[in-house]
Amino acid sequence: MIYLDNSATTKPDPTVVASFKQVSERFFGNPSSIHEFGGEAEQLQNRAREQAANILHVKPSEIVFTSGGTEGNNLAIKGIALKHQKRGKHIITSAVEHASVYETCKSLEDLGFSITYLPVDSNGVIDIEQIEKAITDETILISIMYVNNEIGSIQPIYDISKRLEKYPKSYFHVDAVQAFGKVPLYLNNKGIDLCTLSGHKINGLKGTGLLYVKEGTSLYPLFHGGNQEFGFRSGTENVAGNVSFVRALRLMKEKEQIQLKQLKALYEKLYQGLEKLDNVKINSSIEGAPHILNVSVPGLKPEVVIHALYEKGIIISTQSACSSKQFDKSRVLSACRVSDELASSGLRISLSYETTKNDIDTFVDVFNEAITHLKDILE
Amino acid sequence: MQYDHILIRYGELGLKGKNIKQFIVQLQKNIQEALKEFPSTRVTRSQGRMFVVLNGQDPEPIIEKCKTIFGIYSLSLAIKVNNEIETIKAGALAALKQSEYAHTFKVSVRRANKAFPIGSQEMNRVLGAHLLKKTSDFTVNVHEPDVEIKVEIREKATYITSTVIRAAGGLPVGTGGKTLLLLSGGIDSPVAGYLIMKRGVELEMIHFHSPPFTSERAKQKVLDLTKVLTEYGGSIKIHLVPFTKLQQEIFKSIPERYAMTVMRRVMLQVSEKVCQKNNILAIATGESLGQVASQTLASMNVINEVTNLPVIRPLVGLDKEEIISYSKEIGTYDISVKPYEDCCTIFVPKSPVTNPTREKVNYLESNTDFSTFIDEAVENIEEITIRNSTILEESFDDLL
Repeated sequence: MIYLDNSATTKPDPTVVASFKQVSERFFGNPSSIHEFGGEAEQLQNRAREQAANILHVKPSEIVFTSGGTEGNNLAIKGIALKHQKRGKHIITSAVEHASVYETCKSLEDLGFSITYLPVDSNGVIDIEQIEKAITDETILISIMYVNNEIGSIQPIYDISKRLEKYPKSYFHVDAVQAFGKVPLYLNNKGIDLCTLSGHKINGLKGTGLLYVKEGTSLYPLFHGGNQEFGFRSGTENVAGNVSFVRALRLMKEKEQIQLKQLKALYEKLYQGLEKLDNVKINSSIEGAPHILNVSVPGLKPEVVIHALYEKGIIISTQSACSSKQFDKSRVLSACRVSDELASSGLRISLSYETTKNDIDTFVDVFNEAITHLKDILE
Repeated sequence: MQYDHILIRYGELGLKGKNIKQFIVQLQKNIQEALKEFPSTRVTRSQGRMFVVLNGQDPEPIIEKCKTIFGIYSLSLAIKVNNEIETIKAGALAALKQSEYAHTFKVSVRRANKAFPIGSQEMNRVLGAHLLKKTSDFTVNVHEPDVEIKVEIREKATYITSTVIRAAGGLPVGTGGKTLLLLSGGIDSPVAGYLIMKRGVELEMIHFHSPPFTSERAKQKVLDLTKVLTEYGGSIKIHLVPFTKLQQEIFKSIPERYAMTVMRRVMLQVSEKVCQKNNILAIATGESLGQVASQTLASMNVINEVTNLPVIRPLVGLDKEEIISYSKEIGTYDISVKPYEDCCTIFVPKSPVTNPTREKVNYLESNTDFSTFIDEAVENIEEITIRNSTILEESFDDLL
């Protein structure tokens, strides 16, 4: 099997799974318990929090463990919106955000918030000038993703945060779920107030992740209860999940340091391979993230291509897994001013550090055969 | 072109006389130790300068690490280029472009290598003009620039640096002997430890615990605090003194109002013995004058009587607010404020004496012989060495 759907989810690293199992068996105490057994679990979790903080170059008290990307994005956006609504009810985001940002913002419209959805250019990148134009006295939050999950475009988040220095009233949230380990992520002194990461996109387990909450940022919690996670997220801590997640963070960071160049080379190889094929239109920019490539095959329904490839042992996907069951045109591709025909035939190929040169060669050959074959049948 | 070096400046070391070499070698060792997790970096010295060679490493985390190393006065990212005008131009441009958050700049050229054909004034103009031409969002401001592009033309190469980043200052830890710090778990003592290390002095810790009155977590707190301090000075040994018996004995035989004073005297006596055993030259505490009953001048006078080792009190002139802000800066505050009982808080008398005298305390102590208890406590001290990864936590390492 050649697995090229790593933006949907990744294969958990075996040592991450082992860590989860061992912690569940040995340190099952409740970290909030008074007795020493709970204390051990607490200590272990503190260590995990410190390690996560070290990897991200932030303080341990700025790490809030969550159940993953959707929760992180919801906590950041609703948390700011509900906490600071007295100061203003305007939020700025982009038209190409992941559903967990986009739909969260939509839901806030029902509560009386106004949302600006910034357009993107044909490469899927927002125009930074537009942000400043959209800011009003009412703006409390700007939420922009770092790497787009469908086409891999990279948003200029550091330029944005630099611009936002002038607007101390507005918080800045970055959805970095697809970014960590693939593009440089700096959180200290960069004007980013909130940042979402997810475990299962980096060879961790589902149901794990974190939200970076910069010191001094207050949020209205989604869950109330025992005030765990500095009061931002009540509920008995998922110690095993959190520890295993931090292990995944470390492993991914190490891969980034050693293998990023190879990944970029693979990506270029794939890009050049697909460029040569007739009938294939590449929707991603070569400037984008080194692991997500989106193409359209006009005239072929994407699910037909996916099933044909699966028969040959290759796994890719349409748009994003979170919206792929709606087989219509992609909101993200449409926002990138792609024609309706292309926007409804998008295919996403997403790589990981486990992908090999051979995988890419095989994929390009099999893909070419499959679409040529399908075209022949249909015409 | 990217920054490939970090230039390390050591301010005060320059003032040292003949033993300067020893200070610099120690500093280099400390930096190497701190950068262990970045195996591709190298720390080199040449002509009175120290550099971290990045070898492709992202400079950001390395700067963060270096900022906390005592003995480093300031840092700058640097680009090393050969002595050709075009490459110097390109390097200066790259340096400016990487200066985030800057809008204005100035160029200052130093031509140490007089064989280079263009004079420094002329070079200032050439480079300034080049930078203005090649960028759109920068202007020149010679008086208060956001960033100063310094170009140093030396014999073998030219170094281009930009923003100067302030670091911790002080002297390299390991150049000034050893001190024993009384660590309670509160806000003050870790700050005192930090300030002592800042002067190049190594620390060992002594902590008094009284199980079951104090919990395992109070002890853990002390280990955690020490762990934070290891970031500034390498590994630290902790002497954990079992204090239950001694403490009970004191509170049984000494009137309540004086118990705290006597307890402090006993702590110093234990500490002195630990110093003798471990070749430690001084005792340090987190006391600040007048903060609480045991820290009035009269109390210090009485407490200090039991030892003739120097007792260093680096916080003596600081207000509580200043101490708190230090503790937040060095990262011990959040641990210090965790609400676990320690040996100083469990038997607090309602109104401790603030104006004790040596005569009175010596008289009160004369009824009891603490020395056997003191010897027993010293005998049963548990020693733990905290490195950046500790024995206690080694099992955690396999999981993370």
